[in-house]
Amino acid sequence: MFKAIIARCKQGHRTMAYPREPLSLPERFRGYPELKGGLCPDECRICADACPVGALSCQPELSLDLGKCLFCPECANACPHGAISHTADAMLAANNREDLVIRPGDEHRLAQALEAKMLSLFGRSLKFRSVVAGGCNACEADTNVLSTIGWDIGRFGIQFVASPRHADGLWVTGPVTEHMREALLMTYEAIPAPKIVVACGACAIGGGPFRGSPEAHDGVEGILPVDLFIPGCPPHPVTILDGLLRLLDRMP
Amino acid sequence: MTPGLLFTQNGSAVNRNEIPEHSGERFLETLVSAIQGGWRVVSYFGAPEAHLVRLYCILSFKSHAALGIMSTAVSGKSFPSLVAEAPQLHLFEREIAEQFGISFEGHPWLKPVRFAAPLASTSAVPPRAPEKVGVMDFYRVAGDEVHEVAVGPVHAGIIEPGHFRFQCFGEEVLHLEISLGYQHRGVERMVLGRPGLRTLKCMETVAGDTTIGHGTAYAMAMEALCGVRVPAKAEAIRGIALELERLANHTGDLGAIAGDVGYLPTASFCGRIRGDFLNMSAELCGSRFGRGLVTPGGVQFDVGRELAEKLRKRIDVARREVTNAVDLLWDSPSVMGRLEGTGVVSEKDALDLGLVGPAARASGLNRDIRRDHPFGIYNVAQLPVETAKGGDVYARTLVRWLEIEKSLHFIEEQLAQLPGGSIASPAAQVGGDQMALSLVEGWRGEVCHVALTDGRGELERYKITDPSFHNWSGLAMALRGGQISDFPLCNKSFNLSYCGFDL
Repeated sequence: MFKAIIARCKQGHRTMAYPREPLSLPERFRGYPELKGGLCPDECRICADACPVGALSCQPELSLDLGKCLFCPECANACPHGAISHTADAMLAANNREDLVIRPGDEHRLAQALEAKMLSLFGRSLKFRSVVAGGCNACEADTNVLSTIGWDIGRFGIQFVASPRHADGLWVTGPVTEHMREALLMTYEAIPAPKIVVACGACAIGGGPFRGSPEAHDGVEGILPVDLFIPGCPPHPVTILDGLLRLLDRMP
Repeated sequence: MTPGLLFTQNGSAVNRNEIPEHSGERFLETLVSAIQGGWRVVSYFGAPEAHLVRLYCILSFKSHAALGIMSTAVSGKSFPSLVAEAPQLHLFEREIAEQFGISFEGHPWLKPVRFAAPLASTSAVPPRAPEKVGVMDFYRVAGDEVHEVAVGPVHAGIIEPGHFRFQCFGEEVLHLEISLGYQHRGVERMVLGRPGLRTLKCMETVAGDTTIGHGTAYAMAMEALCGVRVPAKAEAIRGIALELERLANHTGDLGAIAGDVGYLPTASFCGRIRGDFLNMSAELCGSRFGRGLVTPGGVQFDVGRELAEKLRKRIDVARREVTNAVDLLWDSPSVMGRLEGTGVVSEKDALDLGLVGPAARASGLNRDIRRDHPFGIYNVAQLPVETAKGGDVYARTLVRWLEIEKSLHFIEEQLAQLPGGSIASPAAQVGGDQMALSLVEGWRGEVCHVALTDGRGELERYKITDPSFHNWSGLAMALRGGQISDFPLCNKSFNLSYCGFDL
């Protein structure tokens, strides 16, 4: 008992101040991309060819689909003109699929708060039931992190619960494998309405690295209506938390 | 040494026509005598050939750092099973049966493994539709007071999907059967053809928590096929990243084990410290899971003196904190009372089932790819192999902790003496008609990749064996005779991958 108390003193208080204060991210962190289409010569497709998942397009102009992007260093490394770079901005979540497609000069479209009625229902207490529908367990790992003392997502009234009957929303990770499709739909059905759906990670949004696999469905699009898209492979915990706080209108 | 095998080493490629082709009978005889002689099956899989299926068996003999390969052709509908002589083959045979429709005569129960469509159909076996996931006959125990508990595929926490059937007599578990396949994404089929960037991304996500392990195994296979040598500095960085991956996962699991016995201080502290290790990986390459770091030929990010110094300081802090957090476990009799004697896997069972990684070492098996088949930096820098005797949750917790200590020391050493020079060798042409073989000791255990190329250097078959493939049976065994309420604890002590198994 005394040892545990001494350890507690040594370990200290560790819950971060976010969103009151910004979070410091590693220097090499790859966040919201910066596109400088003016630097692209005609007919250059080097970045699009380098992208392993077809997130980049050069026609008619340079554009990047954050929903497909794996945030790997390949495009920025390949582009000899410096037209693509990643900033340290980890705020990526959006409400609409089309908001995830960015073009040079676009304003950064972030997730908006739920409508007033939903906000009055979920603004103070939002419980999610998670369904892992394929994927690689990295999104799940970084979602789990939110419940540790460092992030303490409970302080915002957000919690992951064990039963869909206790939940207000469905948390989907993975590209929705054929083998998980039925379980996903059944879990969704079991959540009482009104309910929301979050697609967390590149797989859940568009299939991620497994896009096009005959055994998976390229994400939840066309299977369930999505209220919040959280890009990343996997999304950084701060990207997830930021998206949720914006959805609940809890940003200071 | 056993005759009839082509001997090779970890991370090398051989010409496919050099691989000994045996008759079915000779193949089985060789396999049995090799296993009796102390060889261990690393991988056993099929590859389609015109009108037939070729079975390849890869074996390891640790004291000579030797790997052995042989093959046989199966043209009919069935092939004899060796499970009675070598239980470690039971899942491999089930997998081949599912992927190619070959029936293994004498196999106790050829059930689906992933409920997947066949990889190829041969003239002897007509194509069939895959079975519905999870729908099969489960082993059942009959009796008045025996009851069945079925769990999954959707579980209570944020974890991957699987289905578990317990046959219980009161609280006592008589048998646990684990049925997986829900995460099946068809990775092995997706990566066929010319290897490229997409292939690398698929490999990094075979199991997300083993990004460096699988990424390195893939890179090693490609380097062997291309005949590329990796610069010394890149090997050191890969080693640092691999040990950071081990540290993050072991620390997280020690916290989860503490949480499952209701001891919250260690659970809370370790949950946070795990993040510190992940953030160190992010310092290396921008991704907490090491995405984008390893690439065939080397690594994509350099570690300069400044970064090395920064990481050394952070490792030092993390060591103090994780030691402080984990020491509480050993000092709490109530925690020890829950860990000791729970979920025992005997040394014999571990050996028979072919367990790998910390789970095997906790049952007293002295096996570790970093020492037995050294690769990369481990050729020049050795890590002591930690084993324990009990085979229980305590032993698995202890082995994880001892490995944390060794990995911390290893990383500090490597950061202090990083070699200079380049971090990647230029890409080269992938060799045709080759078989490349690579083994990596990931944090969960042995990661095995085998690449077979056709005449044009395109991948004709790519076989991945995640440590979970060997170890799921170990978890089922650990529950025998135990209490069903101990399942979460046993499960955490193994922490196996569903997606790495389902592929």
